[in-house]
Amino acid sequence: MKPRHKKLLWVLGSLSLLGVATWLVLNALDKNLNYFYSPTQVANHEAPSNRSFRLGGLVVDGSLKRQTDGLTVEFVVTDTASNIPVRYKGILPDLFKEGKSVVAQGKLGADGHFVADQVLAKHDENYMPPEAAKALEDARKINANAGKAPQP
Amino acid sequence: MSINWFKYASPATFYPLAGKLIPLFYALAAILTVVGLYISFFVAPTDATQGEAYRIIFIHVPAAWMSMFIYLLMAMWAGLGLVLNTRLSSIMAQALAPTGAMFTFVALITGAFWGKPTWGTWWEWDARMTSELILLFLYIGYMSLTAAIDDVRRADKAGAILALVGAVNVPIIYFSVKWWNTLHQGASVSLTRAPSMAKTMLLGMLIMALAAWMYSIAVALSRARLLMLEREKSTAWAQEVLEQKS
Repeated sequence: MKPRHKKLLWVLGSLSLLGVATWLVLNALDKNLNYFYSPTQVANHEAPSNRSFRLGGLVVDGSLKRQTDGLTVEFVVTDTASNIPVRYKGILPDLFKEGKSVVAQGKLGADGHFVADQVLAKHDENYMPPEAAKALEDARKINANAGKAPQP
Repeated sequence: MSINWFKYASPATFYPLAGKLIPLFYALAAILTVVGLYISFFVAPTDATQGEAYRIIFIHVPAAWMSMFIYLLMAMWAGLGLVLNTRLSSIMAQALAPTGAMFTFVALITGAFWGKPTWGTWWEWDARMTSELILLFLYIGYMSLTAAIDDVRRADKAGAILALVGAVNVPIIYFSVKWWNTLHQGASVSLTRAPSMAKTMLLGMLIMALAAWMYSIAVALSRARLLMLEREKSTAWAQEVLEQKS
C-alpha cells in the first residue's frame, strides 16, 4: 500500500466514524431539536407544562375570534388530529391567515388555552402568482361543493 | 485527442490558464446577473401569499446553495491536499473559503430581511438557521486557523482537518427542514420531485444561481493565482511572471 492510499483510508475512515458519531448525537437530541410541538404532542402531555414552549400547526378555518378590546384574539391550532385553542394579545403578522401555518410561543393556561406571547406566521414552499392561487382556490371550492351536492 | 489534465495540477501551467479563464467567467457572471435580475424583478409574477417580499428568494436561495456547495468543494480540495500532498489542492481550498463565507453571510442577512415581513421575526433559533450560522463560523474558523499558522504546510493540514470535520454540518443544514419541525419552510426545488414554484420564478432563481456559480469560479481562480504567486515566489516561473509585471 502506498502512503497516499494509507492516508486516504485514514481520512475516509475518520470521516465515516465522525458521521456515525454525529448521527448518534442527533438521534439522542432528536426531540430537543424540534422548533415547535404539534397539537397532538401537547394533547398527549409531551410538551412542558411549567415553562414556555412553541406550538405549531394550522389555524382552523373560521376559528379566529377577536375580543371586544380589539387586541386579544383567539384561534384554534390543529394538526388535523388534535386541536388546541390559543389566546394571544398583540398584533398578528401579515401572513397570518386561517387555514395557514402558524408558530406560537407561550404557556398552557389552567383553562386548557395556550396563552401565547408571540405569534409567527410560517409560510410554505409554494410560490405562485395570484391568478394561479385563485384558480386553485376556485377548484377547491367546486370540489367541496361537488362533495356536498349528493346530500339533501 | 486526449488532454493531459495532470499538466494543469502544477502551478506553473495552471497560473496562465487561470489567467485566461477569469475574464470569461466574470463576463458570464455579469451577463447572467443582468438577465437574472431582469427576470426576477420585471418578468416573475408577484407571489399570491407573500406579495413582493418573496423576491428576496432570487438572492437568498442562490446564496444559500452556494454557501453549502462551496463548503463541500473546499472540504474536498482540502482533503485531496491532505491525501495527495498536491500544492494546488490546498491553494484551491483556501481560495474558496472567503467566497463561501460571503455567500453564507448573504444568505443569513437576506433571510433575516425576508423573515421580518413574512414570519414576523428577524431571527429564530430553529434548526435551519442555527446550522447555517454554524457554517459561517466554520468558514471563519477555517480562514483564521490557516492564517494563524506561519508554516504553510502545517496550516494547510490543520485547515484540512477542520474543513473535513465541519463537512458533516452541510447535510444537517440541507435536511434540517425535513428531519425536524422548523420555522423555515421545506425545499421548493429538489432532485426528487417537481419544483413547487411558478415557471418564471424558478427560471429567475436558476439563472441567478448560475450567475453566482460563474462569479464564484472567477473570484476563486483570481484568489488562487495570488496564492500561487505568493507561495512559489522563489521558483523560476513565479520570478518570470513577477518580472513581466514590473
